[in-house]
Amino acid sequence: MSDYYIEGQTFETSVGFVETQSAGFDELPLDSGLTLSPVTIAYETYGTLNEEGTNAILLLHALSGDAHAAGYHRGETKPGWWDMMVGPGRAFDTSRYFMICSNVIGGCKGSTGPADIDRATGREYGLRFPVVTVPDMVRAQKLLLERLGIERLLSVAGGSMGGMQALQWVTAYPEMVASCIPIATTHRHSPMQIAFNEVGRQAIMTDPNWRDGDYYGFEDPPDAGLAVARMIGHVTYLSDESMHAKFGRRLQDKEVYGYDFTMDFEVESYLQHQGEVFTRRFDANTYLYITKALDYFDLSGGRGTLVEAFADVPAETRFLVIAFSSDWLYPPSQSKEIVRALKGNGLDCTHLEVNSSFGHDAFLVETGQQTLLISNFLEVTARREGMKRA
Amino acid sequence: MPNRIARGPGGARLDHLFILEQVETGSRVLDLGCGRGTLLKMLVDGKDVRATGVEISEEKVYEAVQKGLSVYHGDINEGLTDFPDDMFDYVILIQTLQEAQETVLVMKEALRVGRFAIVSFPNFGNWRARFQLLLTGRAPVSPALPYQWYDTPNIHSLSIKDFRVFAAEQGLRVVNTFFIGRQREVRFWPNLRAEHGVFVLGRPAG
Repeated sequence: MSDYYIEGQTFETSVGFVETQSAGFDELPLDSGLTLSPVTIAYETYGTLNEEGTNAILLLHALSGDAHAAGYHRGETKPGWWDMMVGPGRAFDTSRYFMICSNVIGGCKGSTGPADIDRATGREYGLRFPVVTVPDMVRAQKLLLERLGIERLLSVAGGSMGGMQALQWVTAYPEMVASCIPIATTHRHSPMQIAFNEVGRQAIMTDPNWRDGDYYGFEDPPDAGLAVARMIGHVTYLSDESMHAKFGRRLQDKEVYGYDFTMDFEVESYLQHQGEVFTRRFDANTYLYITKALDYFDLSGGRGTLVEAFADVPAETRFLVIAFSSDWLYPPSQSKEIVRALKGNGLDCTHLEVNSSFGHDAFLVETGQQTLLISNFLEVTARREGMKRA
Repeated sequence: MPNRIARGPGGARLDHLFILEQVETGSRVLDLGCGRGTLLKMLVDGKDVRATGVEISEEKVYEAVQKGLSVYHGDINEGLTDFPDDMFDYVILIQTLQEAQETVLVMKEALRVGRFAIVSFPNFGNWRARFQLLLTGRAPVSPALPYQWYDTPNIHSLSIKDFRVFAAEQGLRVVNTFFIGRQREVRFWPNLRAEHGVFVLGRPAG
């Protein structure tokens, strides 16, 4: 979620240069009862699908992520959002597995979203874009997989909102999924999580430049609102400890307090920079739609209890649930609720609370421990699935 | 220093070898406090069991996962709740029962979740422990009981005889026993001679 990337990474274990592709579909029925039509889904793939079609893994991105999970786009110096985890010899070993990652619908990185042209009106959707949910995102991914000829997934994996999609996948299409890796996530948004999202949405919607969502084509989009939304979001991805380590109470470009409301502390400078950078790559309306999808997410919705939500999942389905000790946005207690429901169904599960000071961002940063867990987990899953070599 | 337990000819711990012999092929096993997963891996390789571990130490969970095992990160009490009845054939508590807060509850839960429970613990009735207390007037310290009173994880001190009484009181069925001395299996006078006791327990009859 933050823009972390690791310096000095060797290119030999990278998937190298990649391009985002797109697939078009006539329509997508949505939870709201509306239908989105037509639909474009942007996606990237890494590795090769084997002849038996048994080595496909779907990666699922978080709120501000996109289809570009690994490798480099030509002309760019920053790799995909989970690059350290995806490549030959990495956790998601592309010499063995065929990886797919798509941008969620409602997004702003190639899949149909509020910034796209509504054929009915000939102008950008804006708030006329239908509200989408996490199950809608998963339904769109299912369309994409059908197009790619993939009938079964060795695993579905993702952190944060990606973890919610992974959980949605395994409960919506239990026969299609051999294993599920939900990381730093929850089975439903808590009041606190909804509250932070609402603050972000209000920052955008009270920006006069937002213009009820019809800001496209104007020179002054609601950047100030979107930046504030990103700033509050970014704070929730860090931890008290990581902020102490990163900023302390150090001052920015000054020796003494300014006794005014210009910038004093490094942390202020950092957050403003993060907010500003975010506006260059993200659409304000997409931020509204995706945070709304997160808030609506409740895996047990319509299915009674959380234990019942997993009732249709075959007993041999494997789970790897990872939480991080200092993550206060999606705290380990929420992962434990998922684990308890899995146990209640007698499902095969490995669960770990990784000791980390990086807060919610740990799922992007703590690659060492995750690599160990995920590579071994996938190895066993592949063996049980009888996967032949790619 | 962990409790040292005598080993067999192949280098495997005697209690592990006994359990390997006891567990039926293809059964479902839960190891509470599975550590690095040594025993579970033996059971997977030797008896093709469906193995599940529970371990409190993060580092040990990593090692167990590297052995290809499914492990829950948590403590003994968390380890049993939420599982449905009869989820496992065997619930194993090696050197963990004496560290559990609520012994009665843990045993009850173990035999709810599993058809059998296999329990092992250090024997405070061993003659060395008895002599240490008698002659030096201090709490016993030995390879089987390697801790000082202030750093021991053993919150319950029990002898083999104590456990037999406990099992009888709780109506637990003792299916099999195995006793380990400093070097080898102990067959006679285990409460005096054994350093560790291993009990295979079944549900109360009826």
